[in-house]
Amino acid sequence: MDNNRTNKSSSIEQSSTVNRQLSIECRKLTKQFGAFKAVDEISFDVEQGEIFGFLGANGAGKTTAMRILCGLSYPTSGQATVAGFDVYKQQESIKKNIGYMSQKFSLYDNLTILENIEFYGGVYGVSRPDIKTRSNKLITTLGLEKEAKKLVGELPLGWKQKLAFSVAIFHRPKIVFLDEPTGGVDPVTRRQFWDMIYEAAADGITVFVTTHYMDEAEYCNRISVMVDGRVEALDSPANLKNKFNTDTMDDVFYQLARGAKRMDN
Amino acid sequence: MKQLFAFIRKEFYHVFRDRRTLLILFGMPVAQILLFGFALSSEVKNIGVAILDNAHDVQTEQIISKIQSSSYFQIKKPALNYKEIENRFKEGEIKCAILFPANFGSDLYKTGGAQIQIIADASDPNTATTVTNYLNTIINNYQQELNPTARLSYQIIPEMRMLYNEDLNGSLNFIPGVIALIFMIVSTALTSVAVVREKELGTMEILLVSPFKPIMVLIAKAVPYLVLSLIDFIIILLLAVFFLNIEIQGSLVLIFAESILFIITCLSLGLLISNVTASQQTAMLISMMGMMLPTMLLTGFMFPLENMPKAFQWFSYIVPSKYYYTIIKGIMLKGLGFSYVWKETLILAGMASGLLFVALKNFKIRL
Amino acid sequence: MSSVSVKNIIKTYNKGEVKAVNDTSFEVAKGELFGLIGPDGAGKTSIFRILTTLLLADSGTATVEGFDVVKDYKEIQNIVGYMPGRFSLYQDLTVEENLSFFATVFGTTIEDNYELIKDIYEQIKPFSSRRAGKLSGGMKQKLALCCALIHKPKVLFLDEPTTGVDVVSRKEFWDMLGKLKKQGITIVVSTPYMDEATLCDRIALIQNGSIMSIDTPGNIINNFPKALFAAKADNIYKLLQDLRAEAEVESCYASGEYTRFTMGHGQLTTDNVKSRLIESGHKNLVIKKIIPGIEDCFIRLMNS
Repeated sequence: MDNNRTNKSSSIEQSSTVNRQLSIECRKLTKQFGAFKAVDEISFDVEQGEIFGFLGANGAGKTTAMRILCGLSYPTSGQATVAGFDVYKQQESIKKNIGYMSQKFSLYDNLTILENIEFYGGVYGVSRPDIKTRSNKLITTLGLEKEAKKLVGELPLGWKQKLAFSVAIFHRPKIVFLDEPTGGVDPVTRRQFWDMIYEAAADGITVFVTTHYMDEAEYCNRISVMVDGRVEALDSPANLKNKFNTDTMDDVFYQLARGAKRMDN
Repeated sequence: MKQLFAFIRKEFYHVFRDRRTLLILFGMPVAQILLFGFALSSEVKNIGVAILDNAHDVQTEQIISKIQSSSYFQIKKPALNYKEIENRFKEGEIKCAILFPANFGSDLYKTGGAQIQIIADASDPNTATTVTNYLNTIINNYQQELNPTARLSYQIIPEMRMLYNEDLNGSLNFIPGVIALIFMIVSTALTSVAVVREKELGTMEILLVSPFKPIMVLIAKAVPYLVLSLIDFIIILLLAVFFLNIEIQGSLVLIFAESILFIITCLSLGLLISNVTASQQTAMLISMMGMMLPTMLLTGFMFPLENMPKAFQWFSYIVPSKYYYTIIKGIMLKGLGFSYVWKETLILAGMASGLLFVALKNFKIRL
Repeated sequence: MSSVSVKNIIKTYNKGEVKAVNDTSFEVAKGELFGLIGPDGAGKTSIFRILTTLLLADSGTATVEGFDVVKDYKEIQNIVGYMPGRFSLYQDLTVEENLSFFATVFGTTIEDNYELIKDIYEQIKPFSSRRAGKLSGGMKQKLALCCALIHKPKVLFLDEPTTGVDVVSRKEFWDMLGKLKKQGITIVVSTPYMDEATLCDRIALIQNGSIMSIDTPGNIINNFPKALFAAKADNIYKLLQDLRAEAEVESCYASGEYTRFTMGHGQLTTDNVKSRLIESGHKNLVIKKIIPGIEDCFIRLMNS
């Protein structure tokens, strides 16, 4: 762990000053279904404002771990805190302090852009005037002034994903969880999407992201690779590439996950 | 032919490997027969009765003992006052109360007319009506026994006889209705879902790209559910005969032939639904709302059609199950022959061929 | 004669409101491994469906092995293998039941064509009595490929076979395609992953229903009109912003741990840019010239 910490300080550089706060803290976190250890004693820390890539082969246990961290399911053993809240006892507080976006479920197609924003703002208890000012600002930044009253279903996929991300951080959460946010999106939009992620991280929001695009993994400050329920590697992309003696993340992943025994579903 | 056989075998795999489908297929008919046969039957038994007897004379005792001896009523502990009766109604302990005024017996003899008050819980009007009718009958009987010789010259004594179901066995009428309902579920709902599932899975695309003829896909989907419907049918008949002691009056061959005709109608409907829907939920919903609800409401097996608004009655003429219900009721319970049901059969056959034609015509060989 | 030929195909949905395929033409030679590269909604699936006779185009013509996709659809059904994008087999049937079902549907048997699928099928054979729903993503994909190959098709259409599958399975899958190509099967495959493009003989970069470029991956990369640079510094986000602020920098976008950019036509060189970036406080700054990838070409084409 200590080793990782020192590596990290060289890879996250933004105004590295006083002790950074830990956003996520995992110690031997385990989730067991019968005899099957979906998540097997994983330990890692994520710092405030860090972009943390959470990778793994299909069925490695990513989704299960993410569900625990989002306060959607209880671990079997081990400790973890998210935004300072305990995953056993303070699930409700966790939910209030995180944002979540996935490729599959993001926005309501049959509501307009504004209605979607208002709905999510309301769900997270953002005050009415705040919703108003923030949604105006959001729509201007995204350049969606003309489309604000349009149904989300009519937007192109790339726009939807960008909007979904903006909505996920609308209530200014401490951490945002992104589950394969850019699947199937064109490369230009994907880049714009990552610009938004960088911006959010620069604002101090911790970004916890899963992806199948290995080049995207390299955008992260640090990445962890899960294989068969365990975190097999955790470091900055550059360090990982050095360690595995290769120049693509693709190859790092391949070397790690090749031996995976587990199947998904 | 070999392809078709392989396809049908695959369909049976789907059915037998899915616990939910199996439950619907074989649990549902049994459950429905039991439900309709016993719990929901329209006869009343062991109705709780409280009696407030202010007279306590020979006559009231006699009437009470008559009521007691009937299996329809169960006499609870006597009531002390009117207020108490009301409370016991509210608690649901009793469904009916009988009040005898003081001097009941002497009134009967002196004035020739005694009063008796019957109060029934009419929150369930069917039961309330039945209960009061039964009580009326009991009291009338008693009256006759009192003066067997008194012959009023113009007295009319109606003698009622319940034709075809002399014991007023309520479950009988339900049998044809349940059969129609089960066919709707198996042949219409399950078949449409089975086809739409292939669309959802994406396997339909492969099948359409393969040299396998699209018509064969439909046939292969229909055959297993035809067989399963018939199995269900036999289960229901056996349950009806051996469990509910119902005697099948008419020709079994005719019943089967008419049932197959109705199953084909249902299958065509199912295939038609699957043509126009893209998700299993929609298919299920249309089958339920569009087909099963009318079967329950508009065939007359649960609620008498005559009491429905005219528009509903007109609408009932396009509900296929209405005709099937009439046919099966006629053959099974009344022992009618084909000559009595040929009209309904013809209408049903017309519907079946029309629906089948539209279903086949509409089956898209492209997406 | 080419194996697949598409001429001026137009396909719209919602009465012309949505243009899925916009006047598209391309040819695929016999035995070629041809890739349709583009994001979701680019029109890849519509093209596949038109070629597999599942959809009718609004206008234009297309042939597969010389057969017209409208008139001769019955012939085409016998010679193409197709793996739709959302294909997921029958979950409640075993591996073997799935395969033998599709073999029968195509009027053949597993034994008859075992040679072709042998390499792939051997890998999933240990699980032949397992239900397809219980297989891993990679194995499902192998089984689906076997099902698409079971009748020895001349042309194989694979619609996004590797989407959502992890890197290991994706690699194995492309290895299998390479082997099939050696057997002379024409393969048309689509993918949203740009890094897979280089594994094809020729590719079409497709966006919004139109083909932006069509060539061998090598040629597409060679035709990248500018020198491409990659910059790296400690603070990636600030570097990205500073580079974008530079007037001399023409385009700039993040890519992995490096930021990629091209220079405009001005006088300044990358050295000038570098010294300015160092002045503005960037630490450990590295700038180097790199060979563009397909994704860089795609981005450039999209922006032009």
